[in-house]
Amino acid sequence: MTDTPFELAGRKFTSRLIVGTGKYKDFAETRAAVETSGAEIVTVAVRRVNITERGKENLLDYLDPARYQILPNTAGCFTAEEAIRTCRLAREVGVGDMVKLEVIGDNKTLFPDVAATLEAARVLVKEGFKVLPYITDDPVSCLRLADIGCVAVMPLAAPIGSGLGIRNPHNIAIIVEQAKVPVIVDAGVGTASDAAVAMELGCDGVLMNTAIAGAKDPLAMARAMRLGVEAGRTAFLAGRIERRLYATASSPLTGLVG
Amino acid sequence: MPQSTTTKAISITLNGDPYSLDGDARVAALLDRLNLRTTRVAVEINGHIVPRSDYAQAAIEAGDSVEIINFVGGG
Repeated sequence: MTDTPFELAGRKFTSRLIVGTGKYKDFAETRAAVETSGAEIVTVAVRRVNITERGKENLLDYLDPARYQILPNTAGCFTAEEAIRTCRLAREVGVGDMVKLEVIGDNKTLFPDVAATLEAARVLVKEGFKVLPYITDDPVSCLRLADIGCVAVMPLAAPIGSGLGIRNPHNIAIIVEQAKVPVIVDAGVGTASDAAVAMELGCDGVLMNTAIAGAKDPLAMARAMRLGVEAGRTAFLAGRIERRLYATASSPLTGLVG
Repeated sequence: MPQSTTTKAISITLNGDPYSLDGDARVAALLDRLNLRTTRVAVEINGHIVPRSDYAQAAIEAGDSVEIINFVGGG
């Protein structure tokens, strides 16, 4: 069964793996990892320019906006107002109007402030942004965000950078079943099997950063993640067998030597 | 009186820190002095975003709070 393209905000993509650009040792490693992953969409953060460093290279010198869809995030924002301001600034850089909306509610878990996320999403959608909100794995919040007009929902697997994988696959399955927009698992992925599980649950994509950048061999992990997402998606489309409590033999029960 | 491009320095806040801006006080000139390409940044003066098309004319005044942002690695 051939796959349909991954459609997001009116654009078609081949890769269902979205990667972050943080935590790499330098821009060259970032670019190599992104290329190896096959990702076509990359997240970036929005920060003050370092004015004391002259003649500095920029991340976009390594990740050409003509080749990659740049997805600015609002990491570090704790209020709707901060997130909205960050999105407006990000759009002004001029590489598109897709944004990853993050409004953080707690410093230890980095879980989203759901109320503030909904509030910011309402404003941003009205201003014409294509909003991809990072959100808890709560089906109701995902429904609300889709109704507001977000172009996707991005429920977390586990806390950012935790590597724990999908903590609540049942909730993710419910979110997928009820989805009106693409579902992208974002945050907490640790290894390739976590990405495959997300895709087997029927998610449209997976977003990760630390799992690749923090691996002992980031380029190898980038490749593993690419394969994991493809394997999971292919398995999903193949239609898995049912889970059974008891065995059903794989070899014939007759013709035994006796 | 036309906006002067005097070389007298003015005090502003740039990215949260005090900054002495001398010479041409227009946004484009400041970006140039800081070796920043216009296609890599966004600029706010006193909380208002300055459109790129205004960089050549928009003048920064004494006491202004200027923010210049760019994209960096992030998840």
